[in-house]
Amino acid sequence: MIPASFDYLAPTSVDEALAALAEHGDDAKVLAGGQSLLPILRMRLNAPETVVDLGRIEALRGIRDGGDHIAIGSMTAYSDIVASDLVREHAALLVKAVETVADPQIRHRGTVGGAIVHADPAGDVGAPILALDATMVIAGSGGERTVPATEFFRDLFETAVEDGELLTEIRIPKHTGWGAAYEKFVRVAHQWSIVAVAATVRVEGGSIAEAKVGLTNMGNTPLRASAVEQALVGSSADALADACGAAAEGTNPPSDLNGDADYRRHLATVLTRRAVQKAMEG
Amino acid sequence: MTRINVTVDGVSNADDVEPRMLLVHYLREVVGKVGTVVGCDTSNCGACTVHLDGRSVKSCNVLAVQADGHEVTTIEGLATNGELHPMQTAFHENHALQCGYCTPGMIMQAVDLLRENPDPTEEEIRVGLEGNLCRCTGYHNIVKAVAAAAGSMSSERSNA
Ligand SMILES: Cc1cc2nc3c(=O)[nH]c(=O)nc-3n(C[C@H](O)[C@H](O)[C@H](O)COP(=O)(O)OP(=O)(O)OC[C@H]3O[C@@H](n4cnc5c(N)ncnc54)[C@H](O)[C@@H]3O)c2cc1C
Ligand code: FES
Ligand code: FES
Repeated sequence: MIPASFDYLAPTSVDEALAALAEHGDDAKVLAGGQSLLPILRMRLNAPETVVDLGRIEALRGIRDGGDHIAIGSMTAYSDIVASDLVREHAALLVKAVETVADPQIRHRGTVGGAIVHADPAGDVGAPILALDATMVIAGSGGERTVPATEFFRDLFETAVEDGELLTEIRIPKHTGWGAAYEKFVRVAHQWSIVAVAATVRVEGGSIAEAKVGLTNMGNTPLRASAVEQALVGSSADALADACGAAAEGTNPPSDLNGDADYRRHLATVLTRRAVQKAMEG
Repeated sequence: MTRINVTVDGVSNADDVEPRMLLVHYLREVVGKVGTVVGCDTSNCGACTVHLDGRSVKSCNVLAVQADGHEVTTIEGLATNGELHPMQTAFHENHALQCGYCTPGMIMQAVDLLRENPDPTEEEIRVGLEGNLCRCTGYHNIVKAVAAAAGSMSSERSNA
């Protein structure tokens, strides 16, 4: 299977890329790591006239210390996230989730930005980004704007990034010293999450002082388990089950061959307890 | 057509390709590196794995134009001066293949795995080969071969 023909542009700056998108409008598609887009083009689910490859824009790659936050360029590969001491120290939850994505080959190519804009509800990057209260930087012809994660994910495969715009950076407030865990439930190796839970906690004197919990594949977008987060405050490791019982509250999980909605709701509570427990351990 | 320059197994190539051409097709049909195979066409099986600038990728999920200015190593470039790479030797000695279709990708991914983790546990080997499917061997001898290669490569390093 090969994609339909397209014109190929490889800009070297964000401005050049934005100009190309403005010129070609609806007929253009942005290419990041290509790990979702190339399968789509090969199956001819989409056939853009022009492909704008961000791979030569050095400014979009890399991780820097922004003081109270870390800033991750949208074109930073998964494997660079996993290898980054900076991310591990200040946003361990993102590392734990990214480590579970696909396989090493795909993690060498796939980018955090591509994953977030693709917004597959079973994707593993959305829940940690939402739980860590990240902010997305979006560039367009009118300049730059920032969108908090809570307003970024709109629906299935739909985000705040409009046609003609680019996601350029992800800013994650530092969660230094927070424990983190990502519990991904799959039936076979190399599978997308049936349900997954991203949890990060700050522990003080043996009990939880603050907790943040994100859910993967429990609705059309990644979700926060807010009821659980509140119930967890003050909990010690042996009293988690009650607090985690509300994990599926307010969710709208899909029913498919991997499991129906009720099964997913059950999984969410079990995985939340496991994730929080592991997060408390470090 | 787009002009690309790609170094493949140490030899530099300049070719005009259609932007939609996949790297695996470029390697096989333009450069003639038929050691790299297509197993699934859905980016699941890993048979097409090559190294792009030293990191493993599935060459059915990369465009040839994305490799412009970069270096590719295929299974055909692993041996040096007619001598098999220790990973190739280990696959041979441990009977780590039956039909052999998954082998080029399996070996390229296994080499990448040892680059990142020279002394992996059995579990780490299995997880590191998660993106490579084998329909014949049941993986057992593949895992053994990778462990054996890790051993012989580390004693090579300590003798050097
Ligand atoms: C076999 C296989 C298994 C997989 N398993 C998993 C898994 O277990 N978990 C998981 O989370 N994912 C999985 N994936 C998907 C993988 O994570 C993709 O890499 C990721 O979803 C997309 O990132 P990318 O950089 O490759 O983006 P691309 O595929 O290049 O782009 C994806 C989409 O985002 C748009 N886009 C990309 N970057 C930008 C930007 N900066 N600004 C605006 N628009 C942009 C593109 O136009 C396109 O529509 C798997 C993929 C494969 C092939
Ligand atoms: S042919 Fe590339 S992964 Fe199967
Ligand atoms: S040896 Fe036949 S697929 Fe692996």
